[in-house]
Amino acid sequence: MADLLLIVRIDGERVALPAGDVESVVELEGLTPVPGVPRHVAGLSALRSRVLTVIDCVASLDPLRSIALVGDAVVVVVEGHPYALLVDAVEDVVEAEGEPGPVRTALTGGWSRVATGMIEAEGQLTLLVDIGVFISGPLARAA
Amino acid sequence: MDDLIQDFISETREMLEALGGEVVAWEAAPDDRERLDAIFRFVHTVKGNCGFFDLPRLKGLSHAAEDALAEVRSGSRVADHRLVSAVLGVIDRIGELVQAIESGTALSDEDDDLLIAALLMRGESEEEPAAVPSAAAAARGAMRSIRLPIDLLDRMMNGVSDLVLARNELSRRLRDGAVAAEVDAVFDRLSVTIAEVRDSITRTRMQRIENLFAPLPRMVRDLAAETAKQVLLEMDGGDVELDREMIELIRDPLTHIIRNAMDHGIEKSDLRKRSGKPAAGSLRVSARQAGNQILIEIADDGRGIDGDALVRKAISTGLISDEQAARLSSAQKTELIFEAGLSTAKKVTAISGRGVGMDVVRTNIERIGGIVEVDSRLGEGVRFVLKVPLTLTIIPALTVCAGDQTFAIPRSSVEEIVRSRGQGIKIERIGGSSVVTLRGRRLPLVSLAATLGVAVQGAEGIITLLKVAGGGVYALEVDRVQDHEELVIKPAAPALMSTGLYAGTTLADDGKPVLLLDPAGIAIRAGISLERMEVEEPLLAGPSGRAEIQALLLRSLGGARRAVALSAVERIEEVPAEAVQRLAGRLHVLIGDRILPLEGCDGEIQDAKIKVLRLSDGVTQLGYGFAEVIDTVTIDSELVPPATPGEIGGVTLIGGEQIEVIDLHWLFAGHGATAVQAEQRPVCMLPAGDAWMETLLRPIIESAGYRVISSDDADAGTAEIVIVSDEAPVTPPGSAKIVRLRADPEPAGKSDTSIHRYDRAGLLGALGRGTRRKGG
Repeated sequence: MADLLLIVRIDGERVALPAGDVESVVELEGLTPVPGVPRHVAGLSALRSRVLTVIDCVASLDPLRSIALVGDAVVVVVEGHPYALLVDAVEDVVEAEGEPGPVRTALTGGWSRVATGMIEAEGQLTLLVDIGVFISGPLARAA
Repeated sequence: MDDLIQDFISETREMLEALGGEVVAWEAAPDDRERLDAIFRFVHTVKGNCGFFDLPRLKGLSHAAEDALAEVRSGSRVADHRLVSAVLGVIDRIGELVQAIESGTALSDEDDDLLIAALLMRGESEEEPAAVPSAAAAARGAMRSIRLPIDLLDRMMNGVSDLVLARNELSRRLRDGAVAAEVDAVFDRLSVTIAEVRDSITRTRMQRIENLFAPLPRMVRDLAAETAKQVLLEMDGGDVELDREMIELIRDPLTHIIRNAMDHGIEKSDLRKRSGKPAAGSLRVSARQAGNQILIEIADDGRGIDGDALVRKAISTGLISDEQAARLSSAQKTELIFEAGLSTAKKVTAISGRGVGMDVVRTNIERIGGIVEVDSRLGEGVRFVLKVPLTLTIIPALTVCAGDQTFAIPRSSVEEIVRSRGQGIKIERIGGSSVVTLRGRRLPLVSLAATLGVAVQGAEGIITLLKVAGGGVYALEVDRVQDHEELVIKPAAPALMSTGLYAGTTLADDGKPVLLLDPAGIAIRAGISLERMEVEEPLLAGPSGRAEIQALLLRSLGGARRAVALSAVERIEEVPAEAVQRLAGRLHVLIGDRILPLEGCDGEIQDAKIKVLRLSDGVTQLGYGFAEVIDTVTIDSELVPPATPGEIGGVTLIGGEQIEVIDLHWLFAGHGATAVQAEQRPVCMLPAGDAWMETLLRPIIESAGYRVISSDDADAGTAEIVIVSDEAPVTPPGSAKIVRLRADPEPAGKSDTSIHRYDRAGLLGALGRGTRRKGG
C-alpha cells in the first residue's frame, strides 16, 4: 500500500506531512502563552487532559511573522512530547504516488530548511516536510 | 545483618530464576560452554556470598559444585548425565535452603552429603545418583508476590495521571452547569476512588531505599582495600520508601559522594591516629522522610573540605575575583565544591576526582527537583545531605498569578508567603532593582511579571520567599497567590525546558495548562547571583538572634493545630485504626512489625485510618497520632511556655495564628530509659536568666542526656559542664569543664576554643568530650 500523506496549507503553500507521524487533527481550544520561549512556540493548549506544546508553523519558517488565525492544528508526538502544529488549513489525506524524490529547485526562505523532498500526490507535485524541523524552529539549525 | 541476608536471599533467588532455563538447556546439551559458564558463575557467586554469612551448608554445596564444574571447564572431566543430575540436585537444594532461611524453617541436612557424593562420583557406573526429594515446590507456594515489568507500572502511572487530570476537567464542567445532587455524589465517589488508585499505584512504584544502599557495603569494602584505608560503614533508614525512578536517579550522585569520601575525605589509619581519631574512618549513610522530601545524608569523619584551598583554586581559574572571595562566608567557601572544575584533590585517582564530579552531582539532583547541601569542618569531616522529592510526577505546588497568567511553584522551594504591604516589610528600590527587608533579613526582590515579560495587571500584592539550591533565598513578587494544589507534573517540551525558566507543565482545575516555574532559573533570568542573594545574612545576629526551626504543622485528632520539629520526624505513616491498641495502660501502635508507644491522639479516632508520625530521638522511637498534615512551617517567633510542663512545650505564632508546639523532650522523657535514671545523668549548668540558652540550648543539652540546672540553683556546685556565652566572666564550681559559646560564626583566632552558638555538632561534641573526660 502506498504511503498516506496529510496535505496541509502552511503560509499559503500546499505541503505534505507523512500521515503515519500524525496522531490527529484538532481545533485548538484556548492557548496559554509561554513567556521566554522562541517565537515559533505559540504556547500551550490542553487536549483531553494532555498539555500540547503549540508550534506556529509560519513563525517556524520565518521568525518575523506569525500565523494569522489559531484554528486547525496537527497533533504529533515527537520524542515523547505531544505537539500541536498550527497550520493555515488541513486539506486532505491522500495516497502518495511513487517515492519521494529530491527537491529539484531552489527553495526560498525557511522552506529549504523544512523540506525533505518532493512527492507526487493526486497528480500534483507537493513538498514533503520534516515535522521535527518545524518543532525545533528557525534557531535550532544555526546553533 | 538481616538486611544483608535479605539481599542475599533475593539475589540468589533472582539468579535461580534466571538460571532456570540455562539448567534445562545444559542438561540437553552438556557441551554448551556458555550454559556451563552461567551455572559455574552462579555456584561461584553463591559460594562467595556465603563467605559473608555463617551458612556452612550452602557453602559446602556450592563449593563442591564449583569444584566439579571447574574440572569440566578445564577439560579434565566430561559433563556426563550423572554429573548434570548431581549439579541440578545441588542447585535445587540451594534454592530450598534459601527458601528455608527466608521462612525460618529448618531443612534436614542428611541429604547434603549424598548430593556432594553424587558430584564426586565418576566413571560409567550404572547406578543413578540417589534421588533427592524436593521440598521446594511446596514451600514456594507460600509466596504472594509477582514480578511486573517496570514499563507496565510506568504506563499505569501515566494512565492514573491522565485519570486525575480528566477528573479535574470533569469537576470543572460539573461546576459550570447545574447538575443533580446524585451526580455530585457519584462524582465524589469517583474522586475518592481515583485518589485511592493513585495512592496505591504510587506505592507500587515505591521501593525501599535499601535497594540503593545494598551495594554500598561491598563498594566501600573494595574501595577501602584499593586505597588501603580502614572504613566502618554505617547505614540507617533503609526502610524509607522512594519512587523507583528516583532511586535510579540518585544512585550515581550517591556513589560519587561515597567514592569522594573514601578517596579524599577519610585519611589513612596512621594519619588518623596522629590527629587523634580512631584508626578506622566512619562513613554514615542514612535516609529519612521529612514531609514530602526524602533526606539522604552521607557523613564521614575525614579531613573535611578545605574551603580556603577551594577559594584559591576558584580565584586561579577565574571563577571568582579576589574581592568576591574576601566576602565569602565559610559555608559559601565550602559550597564552591559544587562549581565545575574545582577539585581540591592534589592527585587525580582512578576512584574519583577529575574536577567533573560534585558539579555533576548537584546538577543531577537539581534536575529531579532536589537540593544538595554540604556542611564541612576542616579536619573533622564532611556531611552531604541530598534532599529529593518523594516522587517525580505529583508534587505539592503553590499556584500564583502574574499578569493574567497562572504559574505553579514547587511547594518545596517556598519558604514563606507575605503581603508586600504587610507589617514589618520594607521594599526599597535601588539602582533599578529592589530589595525587601523582612524581620531583619534583606533579600533581593524579583518581579515575576517583569522577569517573564508579562504585562502587570494592577499592583503586585504578594511576596513569596523562595529558597534555591545552595541555601540562597530570594523574594518573588507576584500579583496574588491562588491555591495550594497537588499537581500532576508532565515534562515540558525541550523548547520550554531550554529557557531554564520552567520545570514542567500541568493542568489546573479549570482545564488550562499551567507552567511549573523553576525557582533557580527565575533567579538566574532576573540576574540575581547566589552571591547577592546572600545579602540575607541575618542582621539581628547576636544574643537576641533566634534560631529558625523547621516544623511540621498538623491538626490533632482533637482539632488543635500543633507544630512538631521536623528534625525529629522520621516519617509519616498511615495505619488502620485497629493498629492502635491500649496495652499495659498506654496506647501503642503497630507499624510494620514494630510496636511503638503512641502519643498524641487527643481525640477519638473517627476514620478507618489514622496518621502517625514516627518520631525519633536517635535511640527511642515514638508514634504520634494525629488527623492531618497541614503544612511545613518555620518557627521563628518566640515560644510562650505553658504553666506546667507537658506535651505542649509552648505556644508560638505561625502565619498570625497561635500554634501549640509539641515538647519532644517531654514526650521522649516519658518513654526512654533516660527518665528513670534522671539522677545519674551528668549535670550541665546554664547561666541563669539567659533566655536564648533556656529556650534553644536547653532542649539540645537535655536530649544529649544531661540534667540541666541553672547557675542560681542550689545544686549549682554539682555541675560537670558549665556553658557560658562569649565574654561573661565565670568561676566554675569545682572541676567543671567550661564550654564557651560565641555569636560570631568564625573563631577569633587559633587559640579561640569557643564554639559558635548554632554549631550543634560542635556543641554536642564538646558535651560528649566533657563527660568522657570525667568517665576516663
